[in-house]
Amino acid sequence: MKYVDEFRSGELARALASELEQAMPLGRELAIMEVCGGHTHAIYKHGIDELLPRGLELVHGPGCPVCVIPVGRVDDAVSLALEPNVIFTTFGDMMRVPGSKGSLLDARSRGADVRMVYSPLDALELARANPERELIFFAIGFETTAPSTAVTLLQARDEAISNFSVFCNHVTIGPPLRAILDAPELRLDGLIAPGHVSAVIGSRPYEFIASEYGRPVVVAGFEPLDILQSVLMLVRQLAAGRAEVENQYTRVVRENGNPRALEAIEQTMELRDSFEWRGLGSIPRSGLRLRDEFAGWDAERRYKVPGLSVPDHKACQCGQVLRGLVKPWECKVFGTACTPERPIGTCMVSAEGACAAYYNYGRNRPTRRDKIQA
Amino acid sequence: MCLGIPAQIVEILDPEAKTAKADIGGVRRIVSCALLEGEAQLGEWVLVHVGFALDRIDEEQANETLQLLSDMGEAYERELAGIRASAGESSKGAA
Ligand code: SF4
Repeated sequence: MKYVDEFRSGELARALASELEQAMPLGRELAIMEVCGGHTHAIYKHGIDELLPRGLELVHGPGCPVCVIPVGRVDDAVSLALEPNVIFTTFGDMMRVPGSKGSLLDARSRGADVRMVYSPLDALELARANPERELIFFAIGFETTAPSTAVTLLQARDEAISNFSVFCNHVTIGPPLRAILDAPELRLDGLIAPGHVSAVIGSRPYEFIASEYGRPVVVAGFEPLDILQSVLMLVRQLAAGRAEVENQYTRVVRENGNPRALEAIEQTMELRDSFEWRGLGSIPRSGLRLRDEFAGWDAERRYKVPGLSVPDHKACQCGQVLRGLVKPWECKVFGTACTPERPIGTCMVSAEGACAAYYNYGRNRPTRRDKIQA
Repeated sequence: MCLGIPAQIVEILDPEAKTAKADIGGVRRIVSCALLEGEAQLGEWVLVHVGFALDRIDEEQANETLQLLSDMGEAYERELAGIRASAGESSKGAA
């Protein structure tokens, strides 16, 4: 079966869209959050938003790992990068995120040795290759990425590589979802949960959304038809008054996730008492730090970082965008002072950020649907 | 960066260190198979994220996903550019 062609020809997609239309509970407005930035990207790329029936709105969630890093942590990263003798490594997108004193790219032009890596293993390799230098890896990401950092740390320990350390900013997906569900400003009817995080943690960690909040959840893959089908599964649950965790992405996600990955995280990291999120503030037990056994590889313990909480740029509404309260085009600087080339906030930096998705696919004004729903 | 990209294992490098060479959208680079259950097998398809095989997937799904990812454009291109940029360094290291 060729998904792309069938989606392009529109037949399957249209069939799904009309099924969706019929499944909609009469007279109800539904708001469904797609948690993951990968989903947001796919939705706008493929125009899935335009296939949805009236009264059904997709709200973008906090599941973009670059987007949720607050200004203060970027400042900490810049300060680490400027330490003498340090090679500072990170994923590409993170280099362009502005801190209060510029981005990591700016730090590089001021003389810091900042390098992009694709994998934490590449950072470890740089440490092996440059024994006279100190290597720091800026680790970000949800449970999808944390196991990779964890295995890299285990390797650094086993090989006794002492010129390597991790600036750990790994976060967990459950607590921010709870914070969003607890917030009074936004009423969500259901959630599309991210497929690749779920490959690691399984579908079980979403149970609380169904059992405590009475909202249905569907774990979804990334193809346009996956997303449409997941929306349909959610709408069917809502119409029938059910609230369960269903798994649309059975080809990758199992109920219990990947036990080896979870074990690697468990061995090397533990929950922080609290971690600051862009837009969501400090959330208890939502971020990971290195365990005491790995203190020697922990950049936060080996170096002094400012560790301050720094407010967002005055014009930037990333915080509200990440909580689904504001559409990117409602931000005054969207597409003018803030573009992917010169971003002001994180949501415009990452391809998975909502502002970048809107900008790249021309959603720079309210659509017919937004006007109806406004 | 949160994309997982289907890749095919084309060479088992070091079963002890659990490294293998994978073909990721036409780019070959070393990946870690430390998160896979059991040993990686030649020809197997896996979902690769930041240099790690997260899980096995079947070939048909892998191909469909790949086709769609390349259709996603920018996010996929950035991911591949990252892999390409890093592939040289890490192959030197593990050789
Ligand atoms: S458009 Fe730019 S400034 Fe406005 S919310 Fe998005 S990232 Fe922030």
